[in-house]
Amino acid sequence: MASITIERVAKSFGEVRALAEVDLTVADGEFLALLGPSGCGKTTLLRIVAGLESQTTGRVLIGARDVSALPPRKRGLAMVFQNYAVFPHLTVYENVAFGLRMARADKARIAAQVEKAAALLHIEALLRRHPAQLSGGQRQRVAVARALAVEPAVLLMDEPLSNLDALLRLEMRAELKAVLSEAGTTTIYVTHDQTEAMGLADRIAVMQAGRIEQIGSPSEIYDRPATRFVGGFVGSPPMNFLELPVQDGKVDLGGLALAAPPGAGARVLLGLRGEDIALARPAEAGFAFTLKVAELLGPQVLLTGVAAGGQPLRIVLPAAGPLPPLTAGGDILLKPDPARLRWMNEAGKALEGSP
Amino acid sequence: MREPKALPYLLIAPSALFLTGLFLIPLAQTAVLAFQESGGAWGLGNLRRMTDELNFPDALANTFKVVLLAVPLQLVLALGMTMALRNIRRGRDLLVWVWSIPLGISDLAAGLVWLAILNDQGWLNSALFRLGLIAQPQAWLTYETPAALLAAIVIAEIWRATAIVFVILLAGVQLLPKEYEEAADVFGATPWQRFFRITVPLLKPSIQTALILRTVLAFEMFAMAMALGGRNFPVLVSEAFNAQYFSQDYGVAAAYAVLVMTISVAATVLYLVALRVPAEQR
Repeated sequence: MASITIERVAKSFGEVRALAEVDLTVADGEFLALLGPSGCGKTTLLRIVAGLESQTTGRVLIGARDVSALPPRKRGLAMVFQNYAVFPHLTVYENVAFGLRMARADKARIAAQVEKAAALLHIEALLRRHPAQLSGGQRQRVAVARALAVEPAVLLMDEPLSNLDALLRLEMRAELKAVLSEAGTTTIYVTHDQTEAMGLADRIAVMQAGRIEQIGSPSEIYDRPATRFVGGFVGSPPMNFLELPVQDGKVDLGGLALAAPPGAGARVLLGLRGEDIALARPAEAGFAFTLKVAELLGPQVLLTGVAAGGQPLRIVLPAAGPLPPLTAGGDILLKPDPARLRWMNEAGKALEGSP
Repeated sequence: MREPKALPYLLIAPSALFLTGLFLIPLAQTAVLAFQESGGAWGLGNLRRMTDELNFPDALANTFKVVLLAVPLQLVLALGMTMALRNIRRGRDLLVWVWSIPLGISDLAAGLVWLAILNDQGWLNSALFRLGLIAQPQAWLTYETPAALLAAIVIAEIWRATAIVFVILLAGVQLLPKEYEEAADVFGATPWQRFFRITVPLLKPSIQTALILRTVLAFEMFAMAMALGGRNFPVLVSEAFNAQYFSQDYGVAAAYAVLVMTISVAATVLYLVALRVPAEQR
């Protein structure tokens, strides 16, 4: 077991700057997700930790050891690749045993470790087969078993579920969580899927354009996004952002006056999760929302429309609760949960003092 | 538009007819020629006369020596070139181009180039003489220096035909996803272990193709041996040539042709079996 420390790591590919001085610490035994859209630098950062890519500047420590100049094989880590990269010419058994064989483990230990990893991932029956005879989900299990069999200090996973179909992904996600929390390995998990990051990680680092936008627990990231980008990237539907004028210490939200947050300029950005907006009761103060589309999503109804001077807004209402008439063009009076307002400045940075 | 069902067959027909007319029929005729004796009776007389020829043991031995020396060296060299190329960024295309030059040179021309380098008045002799390393020009390509003659032919063959092995292997390596080697690296394999445990096994289909092609062509070696060794270095095909044009013994010439073909087919089958990749391991 070991912690991972990334110190001012930057990476340029020629003129293109892929990473801009990233600092990040992953505690011993922690599960950290690197979350971001494609091209944000998350895979590059992971590959730098693995040693498959060299950083332009900065250093990487695993435990107290500076591994910056070491090749991957000397870093004492394991990795699960996006395309699994299970060796097609080797049986499942030999794939799982590969790391142990390279480490010259003795026969008995190899057999015991392979058996343990295979049992953990339910691939005991597949050990004599070759990867070509397996389904995508089974290959995925082999790749994870191969990584766990070496009992690595550090486990790196690069979009390990992205090649599976939706149903299998959900199943593997739950299983991965159980398996990895049992192993207690320090893990960095790269994904562009925010539900995966939310579901699996102890902490999430949200990345954009080669920088880390915010690091925090899943609930911090979800409830208290540090930037407009984070709020817009995490959550489905993403957080709503309304640009509103500030006057005499008040913010006008389409007819509803809200107390302006401390540090507000002439205009502020109000971040609001769709589920933190409710129907205003009769005679209650609210803001006007013009409905465009209503979609029933199982237990919830997603309403898409405009508010506060034509700005797009999406709200989520429980399908079982009282619902307004769902006709397009209809006006609905809404009220936000005052405890869940996320105030930001015009540049999209959270204002201090905002909850 | 719906394609007529006959279209694919029509498109294949010219090549099929071409091969039948100019390959299968002559092949059958050669076989007939080899196994039919002068009276018209079937038998092994031609083969026996071939094996009784004075040069036959040398021709057979020389052919096998060149193949067994040159082909493995070519494979090792081409693998080395392919791997080296992967670690080169700048000038990579230039290097591929330079390494592929021999592909475009006919074997007779290549043989004459090497003759100009290696004969007793050749460039190598002049260079060594001027450097004071030899007192007088040396003759290497004679029957008195069989080892040097063999070495010269093997070196010239390696120069001439490693490129085709290299090109086939390069194509194969470029198709391999780099994740396999990265995974091996992450899981502790040294560069040599990666090469022998991952790259070479995954490259087996390409190695097989290259070896079959190269070995079959090496058994058919003719112009290079003629240019450098002439009568001093008989090989199977040159003996066939001599039987055909000097002795005008068409039966023996055909017997040589059948022998070369049999050896080639045997080598091919050997490679197909030895380097087989079962379907489940692809």
